[in-house]
Amino acid sequence: MTITEKILAAHSGRDKVSAGELINAKVDLILANDITAPISITEFKKIGAKTVFDKDRVAFIPDHFAPQKDIKAAEQCKMLRDFSRAYDLSLYFEVGRMGVEHALLPEQGLVVPGDLVIGADSHTCTYGALGAFSTGVGSTDVASAMATGECWFKVPESMKFIYYGKLSKWVSGKDLILHTIGDIGVDGALYRAMELEGETIRSLSMSGRLTMCNMAIEAGGKNGIIVPDDITEAYVKGRAKRPYKFYSSDSDAMYVDVKEYDCSRIPLTVSCPHLPSNTKPAAELSNVSIDQVVVGSCTNGRIEDIREAAEIIKGKKVSPNTRMIVIPATQQIYLQCVKEGLAEIFVNAEAVFSTPTCGPCLGGHMGILAKGEKAIATTNRNFVGRMGDPGSEVYLSNPAVAAASAIKGRIAVPDEVI
Amino acid sequence: MKLKGKVWKFGDNIDTDAIIPARYLNTSDPVELAKHVMEDADRDFPSKVKAGDLIIADSNFGCGSSREHAPIAIKAAGIQAVVAKSFARIFYRNAFNIGLPIFESDDASTKISQGDEIEIDADAGVIKNITKGETYTAKPIPPFMQELIFAGGLIEWTRKRIKAS
Ligand code: SF4
Repeated sequence: MTITEKILAAHSGRDKVSAGELINAKVDLILANDITAPISITEFKKIGAKTVFDKDRVAFIPDHFAPQKDIKAAEQCKMLRDFSRAYDLSLYFEVGRMGVEHALLPEQGLVVPGDLVIGADSHTCTYGALGAFSTGVGSTDVASAMATGECWFKVPESMKFIYYGKLSKWVSGKDLILHTIGDIGVDGALYRAMELEGETIRSLSMSGRLTMCNMAIEAGGKNGIIVPDDITEAYVKGRAKRPYKFYSSDSDAMYVDVKEYDCSRIPLTVSCPHLPSNTKPAAELSNVSIDQVVVGSCTNGRIEDIREAAEIIKGKKVSPNTRMIVIPATQQIYLQCVKEGLAEIFVNAEAVFSTPTCGPCLGGHMGILAKGEKAIATTNRNFVGRMGDPGSEVYLSNPAVAAASAIKGRIAVPDEVI
Repeated sequence: MKLKGKVWKFGDNIDTDAIIPARYLNTSDPVELAKHVMEDADRDFPSKVKAGDLIIADSNFGCGSSREHAPIAIKAAGIQAVVAKSFARIFYRNAFNIGLPIFESDDASTKISQGDEIEIDADAGVIKNITKGETYTAKPIPPFMQELIFAGGLIEWTRKRIKAS
């Protein structure tokens, strides 16, 4: 069996499951945010359950339009708070304690290797980086699981991605996953588990792994997953709030397809409008002028990402034709940025340094694009209208390329500014 | 169940931001959401679409975010069903969970044109093109999903299970 099948089997009380089977499995953690939880709450109440299945395993995180951007958003956030109080949920994160959900939960040790996690948010697939099975579902799925602690799944077929070779300077997990999506397309892994492995993955930091699994959904994948190793152990040790278990794939596990990538040949990569699969080498896009740069999100808002952007912009200024918005993904990362002097670097460079929020990533607030404006962002989606007006454009990149582009006011690679 | 109506045609990879842009997600009121359905794919769609119409699309319909607001907006706009070559997986789940009928059919997606009048026999999985006089078949719906539809959606299904235990 693959690691995905083993985790699904263990959570459905079976010795074995195989691709295509429909199963009912126990979940270790359920999450929802200020956009998706309101529907879950309304639907949960229709079920007529007196309590949630476990008050310590339902996480409500207001992060998308929080800090509350308008009255309607405030009402949605209040629904989360009221419900959390009424049902005594221990995992409600108020503004000031919250962060972008998929950065916050691993950081706080609330998802651990071997877990089965569902979330009413498509990027729930992020936690595969820890060797967990995690996938995005709808609000109604969450409502049902809040009552029963279970969810139905179709066991996905697995696809293997092998990465080998040394990464070039500034090339990161983001470039690998953008390159992969560019290769297989936005439905290249539809309904499938994407298992990432190979020597490059084994030496990739947890931050880079989280970035890669985060974008499995952008290839249509049900989950991204990496077999846990020493890097996983070092990351979860000291932060895991529950016991964890390492699963691995058997040598005779079944894969519907295997892809191999020589990472030494993968360049700094940018996804052009309006699909994540529309990739080009960053170096070929120097004629694209940029109005806004965003560094942040569940994809690239961790401390390593912000350090990378800071390293490039230190002592320089954001181009007069461009605005730059930097958003650490959690309070802990925010504090770390202050302590390390990164916040100061950005303010001196004349960038905005914001409190944690999803904000502009989904065109919510804190940096919306006008018609005709172009942004480069370390986020994960560049669909029409994703960051504002349907006539605006979003390019996706890693933090180093985003920072270099901020300095130049056009898409640029780090070597042009360092 | 028979679903008969006029077709609106869309292409590949219609994402949930096109179906219902995030700028409207500060509410989950179906009536509000319906006012902006498919707006970023076709600006005038909310004013053109009529209750009883159907959507036909190519591959990977509903890709992107997990927002249930997408099938809710479609349903609340009075669209009876969506037929596509394939659906993104969370959209597929959500549609069944909330009771929006969806059908996968390569043939129907390729051959049906904008404005055609069609009739879907949901139980038999047969799609009739009245305008062109053609018939196509949809992929069968897995038994568990039929059970969900039969129960009246996931919430009803769960409610019954809890009551029974
Ligand atoms: S940062 Fe963007 S992609 Fe991530 S959870 Fe927030 S809105 Fe979704």
